[in-house]
Amino acid sequence: MKILTANRLVDGEVVWLAPDGSWATELQSAEVVQTPEDEARLQAAGKHALAASLVVDVNLVEVSIADGTIRPNRLREQIRALGPTTHPSLGKQARSASPHA
Amino acid sequence: MYRYDEFDHAFVDARVSEFSDQVARRLSGEITEDAFKPLRLMNGVYLQLHAYMLRIAIPYGTLSSKQMRMLAHIARTYDKGYGHFTTRQNIQFNWPALSDIPAVLRDLASVEMHAIQTSGNCIRNVTADHFAGAAADEVADPRPYAEILRQWSSVHPEFSFLPRKFKIAVTGAERDRAAIQVHDIGLHLKKNAAGELGFAVYVGGGQGRTPMIAKKIRDFLPEKDLLSYTTAVMRVYNLHGRRDNKYKARIKILVHETGTEELTRQIEAEFAHLVDTELKLPDTDIRAIERYFAPPVLVERPDGEAILKQAQLDSRGFAEWLKQNVVTHRHPDYAAVTISLKGVGEIPGDATDVQMDAVADIAERYGFDELRVSHEQNLILPHVARADLKAVYDALVETGLATANSNLISDIIACPGLDFCALANARSIPVAQDISRRFASLERQREIGELKLKISGCINACGHHHVGHIGILGVEKKGAELYQITLGGSGDEHTSIGEIVGRGFAPEEVTDAVETVVETYLGLRSSPSERFIDAYRRVGAAPFKEALYGTTDAKAA
Repeated sequence: MKILTANRLVDGEVVWLAPDGSWATELQSAEVVQTPEDEARLQAAGKHALAASLVVDVNLVEVSIADGTIRPNRLREQIRALGPTTHPSLGKQARSASPHA
Repeated sequence: MYRYDEFDHAFVDARVSEFSDQVARRLSGEITEDAFKPLRLMNGVYLQLHAYMLRIAIPYGTLSSKQMRMLAHIARTYDKGYGHFTTRQNIQFNWPALSDIPAVLRDLASVEMHAIQTSGNCIRNVTADHFAGAAADEVADPRPYAEILRQWSSVHPEFSFLPRKFKIAVTGAERDRAAIQVHDIGLHLKKNAAGELGFAVYVGGGQGRTPMIAKKIRDFLPEKDLLSYTTAVMRVYNLHGRRDNKYKARIKILVHETGTEELTRQIEAEFAHLVDTELKLPDTDIRAIERYFAPPVLVERPDGEAILKQAQLDSRGFAEWLKQNVVTHRHPDYAAVTISLKGVGEIPGDATDVQMDAVADIAERYGFDELRVSHEQNLILPHVARADLKAVYDALVETGLATANSNLISDIIACPGLDFCALANARSIPVAQDISRRFASLERQREIGELKLKISGCINACGHHHVGHIGILGVEKKGAELYQITLGGSGDEHTSIGEIVGRGFAPEEVTDAVETVVETYLGLRSSPSERFIDAYRRVGAAPFKEALYGTTDAKAA
């Protein structure tokens, strides 16, 4: 399973491509895909957004779903989704109720 | 301190305008990311995990109070209330919006600062001994030469597209506090038998995935030849340094592959063409730059000893701090103070905007308006009257910066690691914090004595783990963090590269492993005055392997 992530051009904020084609600032809003065709569709959308100067550093990321929650497989992407583990009051975790365990 | 002249102001202002225009055109979509990326890197702007990062140059680590206050202002206004001081004596902000960076650079220019050449394959910020101009053991202040190199290397057209980044460090003392032997060029300012100033020149040191100790290629280079000789080194490197493989592109690989003797021959041949050119530094020019670094007028303050004697009796905390964080100054009535940015469980090198302002106030009031950033990620007050030390200590206590751990095990260098850095494979900061908490007792730390612990979150070694007495390198193995421990590294005048002691440790095991190493050392040292590094050099790795793995046959992970 994969999702498409990037950083927003204007401020570097971590974003994920949502099913409606917008760039969400919340991991759980990401569109999760399972087939090579869907991956290609996400990548095409990412390429378009890069060309349109909306986002930079576009990448597909492997994820798993447990109890209906999306979780990136790599620690790097888990940290991108929440913020630095050293600063619970900074990054996305500061805006949600679930900082790093 | 160096002050910008008209040319410097115009140069920096022009760059701010140019980059502001580039940012505006990028945000409007007029230029692509591919075109913009090299431009932003030339101005210190990286894209990290959570946001952009701005790295600001602090030439040879020297700052005025006014400049420190501006850094506090930037932290408060454009960032999240803190900054991170780095091992190149610079500062990084982790959260600026790209759209705000032109404003940040304008603010910086107003206090004679910039972010030029803090990234990219060019000559980076020249670092120097953080006690320069204050140390009792130096022959001369190395910073005028660092400033000459800074001016010469700033947007130098020939050296702006090198095979790879290039780092120069300068020290003016026998005791090397600038880690010159792990730099691309290390310069040791010294005097010859005739009393003339010059440099021992070291080339080809570095850390990263292939750590190398620099080779001394000149024992005495007259000061007038500084730029001609450096140019000769750069030319040989620029011509022959590898561009086919990023990991083999640093000058250390060229030195290694060419051989020191042959490379020295090439450099000397090039130097022969340059020695009598306009690169020769006129004595008047050197002395003119030197005047910018004229030491403050240090009036006699003989009242210091009596005040200190009483203050130590009154406050044990002060007595401990005095012993650990205060070093001898060339003037007997003065001292140089290390302000630890390594409080128990804190993040090495981080300071809040409030702390930056407080330190600026202290420097203004008691320190002749001067501050330094050390490559060990602390701040320094280079000139404080001994009579004022108690007042400085009290002010530091007030702002939470009086930890008396300079050169002890919790005075850790750590890179930002996977919490921030796009290159990292593992976290560094939480490891540093955990070790710092485990060894929280200053009494225990003092009993252990001098111990330099350095942590990197990837093989690029920004956390200098190769030269840590105890080094920790974070790697990713099977999707999890794993930490290799190296022992016996050192980044001083007796530079050595640490050796991997054996298989790596999981995050929850690494502090225990460090403690095992420390306990082993305490059990085998010949006396309390035998430092960890000396004991390790005497006994080797075997007792440590035995203690960590129960066998001397521990395979590296």
